[in-house]
Amino acid sequence: MNASFITLEVCVIALGTILMLADFWMPAERKKFAGYATVAALAGLLLISLGGAGVCSVFGTAFNGAFVEDALALFFKRFFLIAAILVLFMSAEFSDRIAAGVSEYYSLIVFALAGMLFAASSNDFVMLFVSIELITITFYVLVSFQRGKITSLEAGVKYLILGALSSAFLIFGIALVWGTTGKLNFNELAAVATQFETNKLFLLGVLFVLVGLGFKIAAVPFQIWVPDVYQGAPAPTTAFLAVGSKAAGFVLLLRVLFTAVPSVTAHWADLLIVISGITILYGNLCALPQRNLKRLLGYSSIAHAGYLLLGVAALSASGQAAVMYYLAGYLFTVLAAFTVICLVMRQADAEDISALAGLNQRSPLLAATMMLAMASLAGIPPLAGFFGKFLLLKAVIEQGATNHGYYCLAFTALAGVVISLYYYFGVIRAIYWSKETPDLSPISLSAPAKLSIWICIAGIFWIGLFPDTVLDLANEAAQAFSR
Amino acid sequence: MSILTYIAGWPLLAALVLVLVPRNYRVIIRAIAVLATLISAVLAVKMFAQFVPGANGFQFEQQIPWVESLGISYHVGVDGLNVGLILMGAIVAFAAACCSWEIKEREKEFYILLLVMSGGILGAFASLDLFFFYFLHELALVPTFIMIGVWGRGERKNYATFQITLYLSIGALIALVGLIALYLQSGANTFDIPKIIEHAKANPLAVNAQNFIFPLLLFGFGILVSLWPFHSWAPLGYGAAPSPTAMLHAGVLKKFGLYGLIRIALPLMPQAAHHWMTFLAWLCLGNILYVGWVAMRQKDLNLLIGNSSVAHMGFIFLGIASLNLIGVTGAVLIMIAHGFLAALTFALSGYIYQQTGTLEMSRLGGLCRQLPFISTALLMAALAGCGLPGFANFVGEVTVFFGAWTVFPRVTGLALWGALLIGALYMLRAMRNVLHGPLPEKWAAIPDASHVWRKLPYALLLASLFVFGVWPRLLTEKITHDAQKIVAMANPVSEKSNAVAISEIRNPQSATRN
Repeated sequence: MNASFITLEVCVIALGTILMLADFWMPAERKKFAGYATVAALAGLLLISLGGAGVCSVFGTAFNGAFVEDALALFFKRFFLIAAILVLFMSAEFSDRIAAGVSEYYSLIVFALAGMLFAASSNDFVMLFVSIELITITFYVLVSFQRGKITSLEAGVKYLILGALSSAFLIFGIALVWGTTGKLNFNELAAVATQFETNKLFLLGVLFVLVGLGFKIAAVPFQIWVPDVYQGAPAPTTAFLAVGSKAAGFVLLLRVLFTAVPSVTAHWADLLIVISGITILYGNLCALPQRNLKRLLGYSSIAHAGYLLLGVAALSASGQAAVMYYLAGYLFTVLAAFTVICLVMRQADAEDISALAGLNQRSPLLAATMMLAMASLAGIPPLAGFFGKFLLLKAVIEQGATNHGYYCLAFTALAGVVISLYYYFGVIRAIYWSKETPDLSPISLSAPAKLSIWICIAGIFWIGLFPDTVLDLANEAAQAFSR
Repeated sequence: MSILTYIAGWPLLAALVLVLVPRNYRVIIRAIAVLATLISAVLAVKMFAQFVPGANGFQFEQQIPWVESLGISYHVGVDGLNVGLILMGAIVAFAAACCSWEIKEREKEFYILLLVMSGGILGAFASLDLFFFYFLHELALVPTFIMIGVWGRGERKNYATFQITLYLSIGALIALVGLIALYLQSGANTFDIPKIIEHAKANPLAVNAQNFIFPLLLFGFGILVSLWPFHSWAPLGYGAAPSPTAMLHAGVLKKFGLYGLIRIALPLMPQAAHHWMTFLAWLCLGNILYVGWVAMRQKDLNLLIGNSSVAHMGFIFLGIASLNLIGVTGAVLIMIAHGFLAALTFALSGYIYQQTGTLEMSRLGGLCRQLPFISTALLMAALAGCGLPGFANFVGEVTVFFGAWTVFPRVTGLALWGALLIGALYMLRAMRNVLHGPLPEKWAAIPDASHVWRKLPYALLLASLFVFGVWPRLLTEKITHDAQKIVAMANPVSEKSNAVAISEIRNPQSATRN
């Protein structure tokens, strides 16, 4: 039994349990410290996973093939660890706004992380469902954590109802797939899927699974929950939702589409093209009139789900690599933006874009970070977003010869990029050139907050300027589907 | 390290340094910006002087792998086509930095953006890698929008910003699709332009692929260069832009699209190019005649200059459309000449705006008495714009007409009217209104450009126009050799056209070279 593959996950779960128990004897004023201790522990795990030696260098499967450790899983595990570290930094800053149960908040983040780590490795529909539920259920609590805030509760209820609905779709889909084929393991399913290509029930099952995953990644038409939940949830939760939960959705989507049912996926290019195009247009157009910054980023996250789907729709190795590369850039960019939001917008009712006015005078570092984040989301060189969009577009145009729909998709994406310039620049304008500056009190930054911001900035530039390393990792990870 | 890296690198490095300088050190900020562009201009002159005309291949080359799995590398080098453009760009960037004294608020941000724009565009012209070619252009383009939006002038500033952002982003993105498609279709699996061209010599692109990609590049780049009927952003944008931005954009950045067409589209897609060139020639007439006509009706000096700059793009397109050695050489000549000219006129109109607060021609007049230096320079610029011999524009335009006459006699005949009559009409009329006649009393005391630093940018640009006007050989001896290669690739042997005949007369071995 090669259970050593799940060392990383076991460590994370143990960490979450310790955090929960620590609540019993830790004095309330040491709560920030607990956050930094968790960060340190996760950073240690990240180093182990990056180290190449030891538990993470051996690839293989465990638990009868339900759990797979390969380059793809490793890529996403590192991704989730970095995301969780940055989110925990943010949570420590946010902790004074949480009425009670700060260590619960940390431990829930760590448990959600465990779910994401399992999702990265799942190679079986049961594993997929369990890991998704682990993520989703922790997020129900995380979203409604500010119990005194009516918007937070509203967001929690909305997320609960729509999340339950999507889980129902997912489990129904899994049941249909199992009922028709008798297989739950992705590799075994792939071997028999060709025989069921015309079986309506089987196709319906796969479609339902995609609906469940579409909810996680916030693709149209399963995006309804996004704006309200993003707006109402505490900023660190929103950040983790935007990065971690979305990436978990994508890794599962990639596994299902390209490992479990590649023969079905090959026929569904048109469906993916349409969903991707509509998601891009919907997200960007709806973001235009938004004034609440978290809501705006919610719509922008829908648009980015659309961009990421470009790479999925391309049905090629370069497309899958582009998705992973883009997610890596997206991680640092979005977390940079949310860290700024978390530090600047201390009053819950002041999340309007105009609250950023005068930020340039209040804290030049935060202003520059927000500007870089917006510019990177808009895809402006030399930041991470530019090269990511370039790779996605390249992957789509590459397929243009086989299906002219890809050219239409490429132009739709470009239209989306042009539209998005307007609202991203609107945020930058509010920071630097806003006429009314109501509040000019300087913002003091704690050393860990500064550290996390510098990590984000370094990430945005590093991925934009030196794409080689991440791209090689992504290419290697994409090999997982060609085997 | 190649000298080209330094030419583009100094402004970018200075931009980084400026980030660290506190904003109230105004003199230092300005000094750093001017110094960095001066260094890059001096290096550009040195590079131009050391360039060996007629040598085979690229000079001052440097290549550093960047993303090896995709075949992207940082690759710079010059041949006859871009050596003049880089020289022009560096001089204009220096002049623009000098003229930036008119910016009085948020100077730090302005200079940072200006330096990024200068470095980006010089790098784009030097770049021999498709990805960096586009990447650096985009790096230069985005500051343009911000500069117009923040430091722009006039009531229609927001509308102008909106329009220029929309048009240029769309143009750039269409071109991006074209470039990516080109990379994928070429099959060379590299973004390196010389390698792609080398590869295409052995395996030309399929004609369907050409027919798909060429229009993307033509119209994508065309929008960036204000090809009629996609030109409406240009006069408005330049009218609203602060003058250093207008100088750099109209003078240098705009030439990127034209350079891209000559460097990439013509040699790689000869069949499609032939297919589209007649159409392009007629679109040129839109630029030359229609926009010239629009320019006649302008009441604002900057809008008039903006329109005239759009009209000049028509001549360059006509030169490209002729697809022969004389036409393409002429196109490159005008690109360089117009760069100096546009920068000069926008700088001068910026000076007048700074002093009077208006550019409405009916409210100006008699400025010659009060501003002798500025007015003389403006008059010379206007005459250069009309194509007066002695200035570089004349050389370029006459070359383009000789080249285009053999291919499109009708279009050329009509374009000549635009050049001689319409251009002279609106330019001279504007000069009469602005420079002569009674001087309104409220401007009896406005100062002329007095000391050397103020005069320097104008004098430098004017001198460049003169030098290349009376001694065009400096440019032509460099351009023709490499234009010949482009033309030879753009005219496959099977094509029976006048263009081939001409290039054969000029250089008998050209037809057999590939």
